[in-house]
This record gives sequence, structure tokens and C-alpha cells, in this order.
Amino acid sequence: MIIIKNLHATIDGKEILKGLNLEVKAGETHAIMGPNGAGKSTLASVLAGREEYEVTDGSVDFNGGDLLDLDTEDRAREGLFLAFQYPVEIPGVSNVNFLRSAINEIREHKGEEALSAKDFMARVREKSALVELDAKLASRSVNEGFSGGEKKRNEIFQMAMLEPKLAILDETDSGLDIDALRIVANGVNKLKSNDTASIVITHYQRLLDYIVPDFVHVLYEGKIVKTGGKELALELEEKGYDWIKEELAL
Amino acid sequence: MVVENKHAFIKGLSTTSIALPGSSIEDASKTLETFDLPTTRTEAWKYTRVAKLGKIDFHSNTQEVSDTSSYIIDESALTLIFVNGYLSQELSNSLPTGLSCKQLSACSSEELKHTGIKHGKEVFNALNTCYLNDGIWIEIAKNAVVDQPIQIIHITKGEKQLTNFRTVITARAFSKASIIQGFFSEDSDQSFTNSITEIIVEENAHLTLDKLQYEEETTTHINSEYVNQAKDSTFTLNTITLNGGLVRNNIHVNVNGQNCTTNMNGAYLLKGKQHVDNHTTVDHIAANCNSNELYKGVIDEKATAVFNGKVFVRKDAQKINAFQSNGNVLLSDDANVNSKPELEIYADDVKCSHGSTTGQLDEEAVFYLRARGLSEKSARKLMVSAFIGEVLEHLENDSVVSYIERLLKERFGWDFN
Repeated sequence: MIIIKNLHATIDGKEILKGLNLEVKAGETHAIMGPNGAGKSTLASVLAGREEYEVTDGSVDFNGGDLLDLDTEDRAREGLFLAFQYPVEIPGVSNVNFLRSAINEIREHKGEEALSAKDFMARVREKSALVELDAKLASRSVNEGFSGGEKKRNEIFQMAMLEPKLAILDETDSGLDIDALRIVANGVNKLKSNDTASIVITHYQRLLDYIVPDFVHVLYEGKIVKTGGKELALELEEKGYDWIKEELAL
Repeated sequence: MVVENKHAFIKGLSTTSIALPGSSIEDASKTLETFDLPTTRTEAWKYTRVAKLGKIDFHSNTQEVSDTSSYIIDESALTLIFVNGYLSQELSNSLPTGLSCKQLSACSSEELKHTGIKHGKEVFNALNTCYLNDGIWIEIAKNAVVDQPIQIIHITKGEKQLTNFRTVITARAFSKASIIQGFFSEDSDQSFTNSITEIIVEENAHLTLDKLQYEEETTTHINSEYVNQAKDSTFTLNTITLNGGLVRNNIHVNVNGQNCTTNMNGAYLLKGKQHVDNHTTVDHIAANCNSNELYKGVIDEKATAVFNGKVFVRKDAQKINAFQSNGNVLLSDDANVNSKPELEIYADDVKCSHGSTTGQLDEEAVFYLRARGLSEKSARKLMVSAFIGEVLEHLENDSVVSYIERLLKERFGWDFN
């Protein structure tokens, strides 16, 4: 699915990613954990194509193509989805209207016909039920006046609508109460398949009780310094990150 | 008597033959003789230069427009078409009950008594009075509810045409009507439309005016509305400016009676070197009234927008709710905005607010939409549409909204759906 090799990235001249390597195969769920400032959100931003970040070295292969060569929208059209840590409020832009445009631009990109209004609305009903997002909320302005939990559910709703190959969830769990967390995780799990993959970026082990990862990676100072199974997350939760520093003599 | 005028630019025009009451034509002629075109030293024209008008050798000719179909804003409306200020032949719809329409050129001096612009130093009003081509008097009878909209379509045809036009609307007590004004042009390099609308909204009458400005990019358009509202009345003015070289809207609403509502919504989308200036005044003279003003604009390339909104709340006008807001989005580094909302309050128990914002599109939102697969162009279009959409939402006539959307697509390639 995605092969990241020796990725270096800077913002305002400051290097944040310092040689990151990661491979995610179809069907897998990877968790990335790490202390504040380790570069977790930078990784998500670089993969999504945020222009403030400059990639200074390394490569990212996405399903056989050079991801870094693509514009943000083309990455999305090729099947990459980023669930934002802070979803943006866009007054006046209807959630479903923009999704319909997005879906149809993606379909056009793939040489497919536009989705009919009827099929689109059926999909809206099905997917909004999946994340228990009120259908009325789904058709309001994007995130405007949404609670924190509603915004995150809306991210997963959009993900469900767009059916990406690779989803990156950037701290989707932050700020969620346990009910909202369960709903969001449930949505993600239902979308899981052998052809898709996800990268879950999180601070907290709690999310991983609901979205069970195949691999847990520790990101520290711009590199992945340790990889393990889901038990690594528990260990991190219990002991913090200091032991890893000691173990690896960082 | 009419004195010979010192302004060269109107030498090619002849004094109006319309039977305006009293000495108004002579007074206008004297005003023109005495005062120059305003310069940017005049506060009201600080950001808008009109001096170039004085250098154009204007004429006013009758013209024919063979196909007017593309200018019809609302197919269901009663339609009046004027070309260069003269009624075109095509009008002959039968009028709905309670509505009367009469050309000013066919009105007696007695009938024209309720027209009455005070010129003072206002050169363009004097120009309009002195050289009035024609006009229309629309009267909605007492208690009449006219469901069919009335549309007045103005087409300027030909170069260096100066059209002075006057619309008089009298909405009698307890009446209800909606009127559409559309301004268009063909092959109209350096032409100038100087239009005045005088409106009386009597007790408990409801009147809506949708004004659509879409003349070509080298034209000048000065448009003034003078509105008087009596108690319990509602007046709504929607001004949508989508083209025109220099466009100036002067709106003056006197709210003379209690329990009135005044709504003014404006949207302007500019590009090239367009210059659009909206000057509004709401004068709250009586208590217990509401006024709402929302103007939003999107300015691209080297265009300039000006907004100056004044709200007066006089000493006895207690319990007034007056809201005013102007928002602008700049799409290029060379685009300009001068925005000046003003409140003058002499009463002590009022609720008033005003605000002005000017900025660029939210780049984080553009990125968010692109991250969902929308092209950058679509993302920007969508956000611009949403920004202006807030104004268009206030338009009640769906045909007008569809027509505006059509023009937006034609001129800017923007889709609203």
C-alpha cells in the first residue's frame, strides 16, 4: 500500500522528520504513538500534501506511484484520506454538496461516471448511520457549530463516503468522550477490509482497545525507533516513553 | 428659463420634455450650471473618481434591440423594456388588478407632483432631472396584493450614450408587490446610465426591489434610490452587481413611521478594473423599527470595491434594532476595498451593531476540501459561492436567483450548485 523510505521533512527551515521508514500493506492497521513534538502530525501533513512542509529527502511509494509528486487532491483521488486532527469549519459550504462534488471529481479522475443523485443520497443515509451522524447534521455547513465529537464523527463519515484505500487518522480520539470514541472506532472497524489499510496516530492507548492495530510504532524525534504488536501500546501507556529512550540510549 | 450649461459633456443632449412639476427643471439646470462633477475631495466621492465622465462627448439616441430574450430575468413577470431610456415596442402585457404603470412622458404635471428630488449640490440628480429621457410610474393600489413580479429591463445600446431614467414607485397602504430592475448593455463603450428610483412605501405596505446590474465593463452606472417608509411598512432592497466599469449605488431610506422593517442586501463580484461603490443611508426618525443590512463582495484582479454605510438613529427613535455588516474577500494582491460602516446614534435605548471584514479565502479550508479530492479551483469556487450565497439566500424570487447563477457562470465560470 505505502512504503515510506528515509523521509526527511522541514517546516520553516526546521527539520521535523529525520529519516522515517514505514511500510503498510493492504489489510493492515498501524498505530503510531509518540511524545509531543515527535513528528506524528507532521507525518500526516506531509502525506496529505500540506504545502508548508518541505520534503528534503526520501521517498513515498503509494500503490506503485510517487505520492510526493502528486497534488493534495490527486493524492485523495488515488485513495489517500486524512482525518484531520482539527477539522475545519466552512460556513455556507454544505457537507453533502461538497462530498458529492468530491466523489464525482474522484470518479472522473478514475474515468468513471458520476454518481446519480439517488445513489448518492442512499450512500449518505447508509454511511451517516454507520457513524451515528444525524442525517440533518450531514447536510449542514461543513463542521459549522458541530461539537468536538460531531466533527470527528463527520471525518469518519466523509471517509466512509469516499471509500479510501489508505486512511490516516490524525489524533481522531483526542477530546472524545468514551461514547464518541466507541462510535468513531466502530465506524473505522466496519470500513476495514483486506484491500484497505489505516494508520492511526494517537497519544493514547485507549483508542487501540477499540481499533486493534497489527503493529504499533513509536515515533521519536522524527524517526520510528521501535515497532511492536498491540502490547507495545499498553507498555507505553503504563511506563511512558522514557524507558524507550533509555533502552535505545537516545 | 433654462440656462445654457457650462458642462461640455452634455452639450449633445437636449433638455427633457417631461412635465416635471414646478421649477424642478430650471432648478436642475441651475445646479448643473453652478456645480462641477464631484472630485475625490468631496467626502461622498472620496474613493470614486468620476472626472472622466466630463471628458466624454455624450449623446442620447433611440435604438432598437432585436432580441431581448436573454435579458428577461423572470419569465413569469410583467415585463417593461427600455432601451436607452425609451420604452421599447414590445410592452403590451395586460396589467394585474391593483397595478398601474405609466410612462412619465405620458403623465401630466399634476400626476408627477409626487416626484421631487432635492438637488442641492447633487449634480447627478440635477443631470437626471434636466435631461430625463423618460421614466415609469408604478402605483400599487391600496390593499392590492400583486403576486406577479414586475420587471423593468434597461438596455443601453451604443457608444457614449447617456441615459437619464427615473422610476417612481408608489406602494399605497396595505399593498404588497415585488419589482425587479435589470440593467444591461450592448456595444456600449463609454456609455453612462444615470438612474434614479423614488419610492414611497405607505402604511403597512410591503415592497421588495431586486436590482441586478450587469452592464459591460467600460460603462458607468450611477443609481440612486430615495425611499420613504411610513409606519408598519416593510421595504427590502437587494442589489446584485456582477458587471459594469464604474458602478455607484446611492441608497437613502427615511424611516418615518414606527414599526417598520428595512432590509438591504448587496452582493458584488468584481474583476478586471471594475470599480463598484455602494453608499447606503438609513435614517431612523421614528421609534420601534428594525433595519438589517448585509453587503458582501468578492474582488479579483485589479478591481476595487467601496462600501460606505450610514445609519442614523434620531433622538426620538428609541427601541431601534439596526444591524449592518460588510464582508469582503480579496482574490488577488491587486484587489482593493474601502469599507466604512458608520453609526450616528442620538437616542439612548437602541440596539445597533456594525462590522466590516476584509480578508482572503481561508487557506486551511481550501486545503481541507482539496484533501477530500476537490480540485483547488473547485474548492475556491465553492467557498466563494458560500460566501456570496449568504446574501443570495435573502432573495425570495427563485427566478432571480437562477438568473444570477446563470450570469455568475457566464462571467466567472462559477457554479452555485
